[in-house]
Amino acid sequence: MERLMKLKDLRRMANTVRQDIIEMLTAAGSGHSAGPLDLADIATALYFNVLDNIDPKNPDKPDRDRLYISCGHTNPVWYAVMARAGYFPVEELKTLRKLGSRLQGHLDRLTLPGLESSAGSLGQGLSIGSGSALAAAMDNVRYHTYVVTSDGEHDEGSTWEAVQFAGHYKLKYLTNIIDRNNIQIDGNTEDIMTKEPLRDRYEAFGWHVIEVDGHNIEHFIDACKEARAIIESPVCIIAHTVAGKGVDFMEYDYRWHGAPPGKLETERTPPKDKQMEEALKQLRMPDGKN
Amino acid sequence: MLAREAHLRKNSLDKDVEMAPTRDGYGMGLVELGEKNDQVVVLCADLSESTRTSKFRDRWPERFVQMGIAEQNMATVAVGLALQGKIPFAATYAVFCPGRNWDQIRVSACYNMVNVNFAGAHSGISVGPDGATHQALEDIAITRVLPNMTVLAPCDMEETRKATLAAADIKGPVYLRFTRSASPVFTSENTIFKVGKAQIFRRGDDAAIVAAGPIVHIAMLAADQLVEKGISCRVINSPSIKPLDEETIERAARECGAVVVGEEHQQAGGLGGAVAELLAKTRPVPIEFVGMPDSFGESGEPEQLMSKYGMDVTGIIKSVRKAVKRKM
Ligand SMILES: Cc1ncc(C[n+]2csc(CCOP(=O)(O)OP(=O)(O)O)c2C)c(N)n1
Ligand SMILES: [Mg+2]
Repeated sequence: MERLMKLKDLRRMANTVRQDIIEMLTAAGSGHSAGPLDLADIATALYFNVLDNIDPKNPDKPDRDRLYISCGHTNPVWYAVMARAGYFPVEELKTLRKLGSRLQGHLDRLTLPGLESSAGSLGQGLSIGSGSALAAAMDNVRYHTYVVTSDGEHDEGSTWEAVQFAGHYKLKYLTNIIDRNNIQIDGNTEDIMTKEPLRDRYEAFGWHVIEVDGHNIEHFIDACKEARAIIESPVCIIAHTVAGKGVDFMEYDYRWHGAPPGKLETERTPPKDKQMEEALKQLRMPDGKN
Repeated sequence: MLAREAHLRKNSLDKDVEMAPTRDGYGMGLVELGEKNDQVVVLCADLSESTRTSKFRDRWPERFVQMGIAEQNMATVAVGLALQGKIPFAATYAVFCPGRNWDQIRVSACYNMVNVNFAGAHSGISVGPDGATHQALEDIAITRVLPNMTVLAPCDMEETRKATLAAADIKGPVYLRFTRSASPVFTSENTIFKVGKAQIFRRGDDAAIVAAGPIVHIAMLAADQLVEKGISCRVINSPSIKPLDEETIERAARECGAVVVGEEHQQAGGLGGAVAELLAKTRPVPIEFVGMPDSFGESGEPEQLMSKYGMDVTGIIKSVRKAVKRKM
């Protein structure tokens, strides 16, 4: 696939993806807003710049980098970015969560070519990614395995089993990108269950840790380059993000974890029927929220 | 009357029959697979002797993955390997796999439809002295309800070896169940094992005993004794719990008019549940269940526990007579 090399183009693409997310979630009438919006820059950077040897027309290419999404509820951003990358028609985004759609409410590998794994139960993706990296090591092949996990799923014991395992076996070409957006369903992460010191925890298990602003595409791409250069251990990129990024009435507010535009009124929102319009307006402002 | 086409060993019902735990067949099967196919990999959660995966580990350490005591991670790492074309076999005690990692099995293995072969050692009440925490009596119930899943419970070491070989070729996930203590090795190399197939080990038409696991041999002994009571029993070995051999079981219900199901599992939800679901739809006949009566196990010698909970010759005879009596 042709990479986007210019930052300007990547930013524009991320913005388009955010608009797609707003539109598809509104059409669906249910789904998750906050995580997908804050992952738009990372997802765009991955598909349009970072991932090696991916080909939307040939999604099973053996030497492709593997991307495992562990937090299946963030599917809208992955669907949007995949559509924009050419895996399937952009019009299909409107079918999200509808009967018969390939865009299931959580990721389904068997219906949508290009997805490496189904997901929806948190705390499994890092183990799958570890298996993928282990297979690469066994076969002595060089694809890189990326996993995207959320901060919330670090409550799960199984996530830490995977961290321990990958650290123990010093799995190389394995990078876990954590969406550190500080929210989960019931509240802010540190109120629900302490995640910090997240960096120290990973380091204690033998991981190389990089922290980055998850909305700075340039820095994120640099972090991925650094990750590819590390071969002594698995790498964790803690990407600090703003939940709901790009739509001011959603930002920093955990209540938008699982609500689509038009379905939640807070002290900061326009009336429900104006939310989609307002969100799109903000995103379309030249150099606006991005 | 023994069914000749089952090719059981000549001494299969004698005292001098060879004794070995079914898990030995797993160890043997894995080594055979390892020789044939370099994509086969084995994962184990700190129980490589108990599960007999040590045999594979000693031959191919580079294809063996020690997971530590982390069954959830084991299941999903296996999925990651399978997604790259490996053929993983992941083993530990059945109470932990599928007991501990059912969600991983459901979503990452079954929903993804990958060939990961899960093995649960130490299933059933015959685990013995370790007691209730280690006696898996619910594992068939929780695996056979999963879409895409194949569930196999072989009856002896030889059949376990064959089931292990067969599992490698099944496209989707497989759950293989075996037992701890030595039990008769009564099938032979020539006994047919096929996924989705049951075999008639003994002919008869007053009642049919459908069973899975080493209890099949006990059913054979019970059937022998029932002859004196004037009851001729068909004994059907049904190692493939899912897919179930509906044809053979339905025909048995039709021709015998009464069915007894035998398994080292809760009476609810296991092979008994599968047979009852089938016959309720196709050929309702009296069914009796030999298995755990909705209770946990306890410590004891395997034979003591088998007889305490009715999974012995006496218990099976009782159930057969009850089933026959219920025939109109
Ligand atoms: C194993 C599991 N438990 C619970 C859930 C329900 N659930 C879905 S998302 C979520 C919150 C997760 O927080 P995070 O992943 O950080 O979400 P985000 O930042 O996108 O809001 C929960 C509890 C789940 N999907 N899987
Ligand atoms: Mg979060």
